Amino acid sequence: MNRDIAIRTHNLTRRFGTVTAVDHINLEIPRARIYGFLGPNGSGKSTTIRMLCGLIRPTEGEAEVLGHQVPRDAESLKRSIGYMTQRFSLYQDLTVQENLEFMAEIYSLPHAKRRTRIERALRDYQLREFHDQRPETMSGGERQRLALAAATLHEPELLFLDEPTSAVDPQSRRDFWETLFALVHQGITILVSTHYMDEAERCHRLAILDHGVLVADDSPQQLMTNIDASVVEVEASDSQQARVALNSLAKIQSVTQLGMRLRVLVDRTEAEPGKYVAAGLRAAGVKANARQTSASLEDVFVVVTRQHHEKAAA
Amino acid sequence: MNSLLRILAILRKEIWQLRRDRLTMGMIIGIPTLQIILFGFAINTDVRHLRAGVADQANTQVSRTLVADTEASQVINITQRALTPEELETMLRRGEISVGIVIPPDFERRLQQQGRAAAQLLVDGSDPIILGAARQLTAVPVNYRLPPSPIKSASVYEVRNFYNPERRSAVNIIPGLLGVILTMTMVLFTAIAIVRERERGNLELLINTPVRTPELMAGKILPYVLIGLIQATLIITLSVFLFRIPIRGNLLDLYLAALVFISANLTMGLFISTLAKTQMQAMQMNFFFFLPSILLSGFMFPFDGMPGIVQHIAEILPLTHFVRLSRGILLRGAALIELLPEIRALAIFMVVTLTIAILRFRKRLD
Ligand SMILES: Nc1ncnc2c1ncn2[C@@H]1O[C@H](COP(=O)(O)OP(=O)(O)OP(=O)(O)O)[C@@H](O)[C@H]1O
Ligand SMILES: [Mg+2]
Repeated sequence: MNRDIAIRTHNLTRRFGTVTAVDHINLEIPRARIYGFLGPNGSGKSTTIRMLCGLIRPTEGEAEVLGHQVPRDAESLKRSIGYMTQRFSLYQDLTVQENLEFMAEIYSLPHAKRRTRIERALRDYQLREFHDQRPETMSGGERQRLALAAATLHEPELLFLDEPTSAVDPQSRRDFWETLFALVHQGITILVSTHYMDEAERCHRLAILDHGVLVADDSPQQLMTNIDASVVEVEASDSQQARVALNSLAKIQSVTQLGMRLRVLVDRTEAEPGKYVAAGLRAAGVKANARQTSASLEDVFVVVTRQHHEKAAA
Repeated sequence: MNSLLRILAILRKEIWQLRRDRLTMGMIIGIPTLQIILFGFAINTDVRHLRAGVADQANTQVSRTLVADTEASQVINITQRALTPEELETMLRRGEISVGIVIPPDFERRLQQQGRAAAQLLVDGSDPIILGAARQLTAVPVNYRLPPSPIKSASVYEVRNFYNPERRSAVNIIPGLLGVILTMTMVLFTAIAIVRERERGNLELLINTPVRTPELMAGKILPYVLIGLIQATLIITLSVFLFRIPIRGNLLDLYLAALVFISANLTMGLFISTLAKTQMQAMQMNFFFFLPSILLSGFMFPFDGMPGIVQHIAEILPLTHFVRLSRGILLRGAALIELLPEIRALAIFMVVTLTIAILRFRKRLD
């Protein structure tokens, strides 16, 4: 068992009939880090997490989680992992207090610890005022805090969070991430799936999934630095016309409109992308301002998924 | 130790949920009460006061006496008079009467002749219970002044009704009904208990905890065992006070029998829950189990009258054995020891269904 690696997979694959939900994924997830899964709907994030928990059997390949082979040794793993499902899965008809008590008992926490852990969870996740309330009457953010409180009650080493912030406002999301960093500080490993770029950027390390394939896997900074394109921002008087002009140029990968501006991805082979874009626009008779800028995570996402599609089509 | 704690955790959670589930709580109390009252008051197999019509074409002293004696038996009420048998047939077909009495013009002459019926009963045979009741009328004697016939017309057998001398239907029905009501509710409770968790998404969380399958099953069964015993108590109490059902055997024996029977139904429910994907499917499957139970158990139709293969199927069903246990203990005053084979059959059913349920249930989503 490797002390620094929490999860390792080798060609992990899952098919549902003709659909390949997860396609030969190789991962190495370090301990005490937040590792993100970024991908659009149906990219296989939930399926991968479920396989790592031992809830779904892989069609092919293997996975080792905290030194246990899954799904073979999944049972012995249960005590050391916490899982926050994508869909709220605590009991809607039990109060917050009852839900937490149930989780404490089902994990066989010693009697003395049960009280203190529940008390601490109610405090840490600001749930005390809701302790007598049922989840069905709570807001998305409150429910999500309850789900995280329940998933961490037995102090797992490894936490799986499947799109934990999908029904949560930006402020609550920030607070939620503060909590995650506090957990990591205690030595917990977190695997979190998301389709928000700002969240992805906060992860220590990030895997980008597309149609079940791992298309990128690195720290967000490295991904942005190593992006296989140059980014040029264009301000044009007529952005529609500029867009048409740019799309006809050979070395342009994609053009995205952001309000008045256009974000243009240019092949890396072009040594001076700013000048290349400006020249292209001038030739088409469009008045515009173009300058090179640094890549964002969204640019990375666009580039890697585009390359993946081109490869798949070829 | 931890195992016990986890069973208790599931059990407590079920009770918390049950307490808030008004509909289920209503089912626990409402179904037995309603059924007992409906069956007890409305169903009467000892039929009296059938509507009858008479076509007395002889119209003599003797024939009038016969009609009066027949009515005095209380089996029929004469509501219609007719002139011809054809008229009676029409009334019968229209459902205006259930029994028609035809006395032909040559009635008195026929009475003299051996081996020939003097009068006719037309009976609506579409209902077997009416047919059975009308048969009693053939025993009504004819009083006439003619010299007594050489052959004594007394019956060979005299019937002694052992456990229900007053022939009250409630006494026949309610011991079996106890089992029918428990089957109706118990199987459904556990069948839904796990499927509901799957439907609501709770199962994905639950199977990711250290809880083991047998612990989960035990925690799901135990609260309903208690509810089953409460239901049984309610049914027995109502039966004793409303319908004076005798408890001739030992009440503790009855409770022990009920305990095993309730458990067998609950494990059947668990088995169904491993087959069904939705609550709707669970209910439909429950129906497939309930229907043969009620028809083949001997509750509705006598077990002895069924063809051999059907009897074999009936022997598998828990209700068959419980109907025997319940009638035996309540009405015949039998001891549980004397009915041990029935208890054994229930125990085997329980162990088999529970084992299959545990083996079929996977702590996985696929
Ligand atoms: N039980 C299943 N049976 C059949 N197909 C499934 C099943 N579970 C997932 N899939 C398919 O596998 C693919 C990946 O699904 P998955 O739920 O892993 O995606 P995801 O990345 O979590 O998406 P989302 O962001 O919408 O949650 C989808 O095409 C989905 O339809
Ligand atoms: Mg998902």
